[in-house]
Amino acid sequence: MNALLSHWRRHPVQALMLVLGLALATALWTGVQAINAEARASYDRAASTLAQDRLPRLVAPRITLADYVALRRAGWQVSPVIEGDWNGLRLVGIEPLTMPSEGGGSPDFLTDGVILSSEALDDPRVRAADLPPGLALTDIGVAAGIFGQDISYLVLVSGAAPPGYSVIRPTGADLSQLTESFHLNLTAFGWLAFGVGLFIVHSAVGLAFEQRRAMFRTLRALGVSARRLASMLLAELLIFALVAGAAGVGLGWLIAAALLPDVAATLRGLYGADVGGTLNLRAEWWLVGLAIAVLGTLVAAGQSIWRLWRMPPLAPAQPRAWARESARAMRMQALAGMGLWLASAALLLVPGLWAGFAVLGALLLGGALILPFALAVVTRRLGGGVVASWFWADTRQQLPGLSLALMALLLALAANIGVGTMVGSFRTTFTAWLDQRLAADLYVEAADAETAARLLDWLGDRATVLPMIQTEDTLDGRPVEVVGMVDAPLFRRAWPLLQAATGAWDRLAAGDVFVNEQMGLSPGDETEMGTVAGVYADYGNPMPQVILSMDRHRAAYPLPLLRYALITDLPAADIREAFPTVAVQNQAAIREASVQVFERTFAVTGALNVLTLGVAALAIFASLLTLSSLRLPQLAPVWAAGMTRGRLAGLEFLRTLALAALVWALALPMGLALAWVLLAVVNVEAFGWRLPMRLFPGEWLRLGGLSLLAAALAAALPVRRLARVRPAELLKVFAHER
Amino acid sequence: MLTLTDIRKSYDTSEGSVTVLDGVSLSLAGKETMALTGESGSGKSTLLHLAAGLDAPDAGQVTVAGQPMGRTDAERARMRRETVGLVFQQFNLIPSLDVGANLAFQARLAGRFDAAWQTELAEALGLSDLLHRYPEQLSGGQQQRVAIGRALAARPALILADEPTGNLDEATGDQVMALMLRLVAETGAALLMVTHSPRLAGMLDRHAHLRAGRLA
Repeated sequence: MNALLSHWRRHPVQALMLVLGLALATALWTGVQAINAEARASYDRAASTLAQDRLPRLVAPRITLADYVALRRAGWQVSPVIEGDWNGLRLVGIEPLTMPSEGGGSPDFLTDGVILSSEALDDPRVRAADLPPGLALTDIGVAAGIFGQDISYLVLVSGAAPPGYSVIRPTGADLSQLTESFHLNLTAFGWLAFGVGLFIVHSAVGLAFEQRRAMFRTLRALGVSARRLASMLLAELLIFALVAGAAGVGLGWLIAAALLPDVAATLRGLYGADVGGTLNLRAEWWLVGLAIAVLGTLVAAGQSIWRLWRMPPLAPAQPRAWARESARAMRMQALAGMGLWLASAALLLVPGLWAGFAVLGALLLGGALILPFALAVVTRRLGGGVVASWFWADTRQQLPGLSLALMALLLALAANIGVGTMVGSFRTTFTAWLDQRLAADLYVEAADAETAARLLDWLGDRATVLPMIQTEDTLDGRPVEVVGMVDAPLFRRAWPLLQAATGAWDRLAAGDVFVNEQMGLSPGDETEMGTVAGVYADYGNPMPQVILSMDRHRAAYPLPLLRYALITDLPAADIREAFPTVAVQNQAAIREASVQVFERTFAVTGALNVLTLGVAALAIFASLLTLSSLRLPQLAPVWAAGMTRGRLAGLEFLRTLALAALVWALALPMGLALAWVLLAVVNVEAFGWRLPMRLFPGEWLRLGGLSLLAAALAAALPVRRLARVRPAELLKVFAHER
Repeated sequence: MLTLTDIRKSYDTSEGSVTVLDGVSLSLAGKETMALTGESGSGKSTLLHLAAGLDAPDAGQVTVAGQPMGRTDAERARMRRETVGLVFQQFNLIPSLDVGANLAFQARLAGRFDAAWQTELAEALGLSDLLHRYPEQLSGGQQQRVAIGRALAARPALILADEPTGNLDEATGDQVMALMLRLVAETGAALLMVTHSPRLAGMLDRHAHLRAGRLA
């Protein structure tokens, strides 16, 4: 064991690369897992304590305590809730005796005057409790003392709804379902970064194996069995895996802590899901993080251990195939890559989000496998003078040794181009859609039906008002938002219809419906609510939505909520003065808030993108550094023939840049294919909408520059070392076989 | 063709400075061949490397084809590619280039490539059918013939050979040696060859012996 470990003492940079590669891979993976675990724990807490949100609600313009008592006496199974905004929290007052246990009913609330909250507040009534962030729970009596005696809504515990009340049914989709696609996206990124990191581990372990081939042979000749040698190598790797895994999990926690506020803001903005912005230490992901580090190490080192196991005692001591993999192996690898691409194309026919991610996985892995062969083919066509011919021939010879690092770079670049194109397309489409959809100057939203009714009455005399009212219902068995809309020139002009039947607006007025893209319907399709006359873009909404004409909506739903009243000619201050509780926003504010949510959503993917590129740069650095010691025998004859060390070093630098540029050029079509799959397959499966793909050549150039910079940084140290190599070192090449 | 004047060279080791060459002077005229013999560690290879401009002496002067060896890396590299041909014991071909490209490499680098001469060399060395093979696909004797061809392709004034047959069996070594001497004579170059073998040394015009860094 001491003999084995002595290798790492003599090659500390290689050991550092191994630990760093594994630690980074584990860090990015566990970081993503930590974020997901934290968010899911929040959903679970929300689900366990806020089940009243999942029970049907009864609403009316005004519900008094007397109304409630009358209903109970008449045998209706209802429970009252008074809720409102209190110290920045949503304070929910429930009646523990009538609220079913799934609705949060608990004897704890019988304690006089206690308010349970997840956050410490400077109020003697508040006690800490394991509640979702932003929520406080109390007895209805306490809530009535704060908000007044009127009941906000009744929860329908069982049975039918009493007459005179509107029923708002729960959507049926809980938070964890709604946000699943978002977490799946993060998870996919985590795996991608982990895979890229494993390239470093594979490269470092493979090189260490080749460098110790002579030692292995000696140990075998001295009577150490292959089993014992493999066991020792395994033990050595486990030590590395545990050290790097622990460091990686710690680093992952820091990454997660840094990214969680953005993720929390995204989830709040997109889905209304409250996730705490602070990270808890969870034992399970510490353990899972360590396990994945060990598993990753075993996967990355499997080939080396297998070769050691099968190595005959008299195996040649020279480093061999690692640096001179045969062209045949490259061709086989490329064939396997083509097979994966075909599989990827076939998977496009399979529905489902997981199939979408499988398409992405096969596309990326296939590309990585094809890369060395593609580079060999491309560099074979390049040439020119004597130096250029040697340069490209030598570059081809370096491919097997560099291929893993270049694959890592390809994956990182393709992911960057793919995700960048998706985000860019999304941003362009989304902002254009916002400008279209936010056609009015002022937007007013009322929290309850009674205020909405009063507000509309008040507005009716004073301004041009285009109300949009909303309720929730089911359509063809699916929970949907049902919106009522007036027929107005502004809407006809600005509503973002993606597909429309002839005379769509007239048909809407006549009884047809518009549906959002998330419904997955086309003009002419029949629904329970009518024929589809148009399909509109509705980005950022996780729910399917149907639009009816205002008249139809009013007839079908007597007490809808006011979603928005669009006002074009009234000062906001007037409304705020008359209705202090009503939300009044101008167009610019809504637009800015929406764009902010958008940017924060992709801040996380952006950060992961950059980190993945960093890991790839590290992989190149690790490979170049370890290869540089093997390069001297290849470079010394060229030096002896009359090329200076400085020029050789310059060419080595240029080679790294040229390879990075070639990989970038090959990553471009792959990244665009990736973007297409993300936009046309994954997004449609995850969110229900399809975005037009737009191209951003400026971004590609920026990324090309970034990859050249990463390659330059990675090559700087090994090249500097070569430029300063003493002639005596090069002369050793001629003195004895290395 | 080659003049070494009072050459001194020492190396720093963990046990202090070790003098390898201590005031060596010799000269070699055009078309002249000289064997350089000596014990292991006597400084033979170091002398050859200094003559080739692969390293710089601590003191003394190296002149090749009437030009003093340059002080800078770039100057020495230029002299090397234009005036010197090197043959090593380990062949030291460029592994990424095929035989044809290896043969032409230095001549092209020096701007002295002559296709007719390259064809003639390849034929003389028996390499005409091997031009598209790579070094790893050749035997030791074949690799050394390529190395000799590469050294002669630019028609240099001076050939420096370091144990050129040391890695070959005797019969192959003799064939390679005979070929090298014939071609060197044809080009009119001077030859300085390091060898342990008195038999091979006897094939050359002159013989110098190094002992503890000095010519005996």
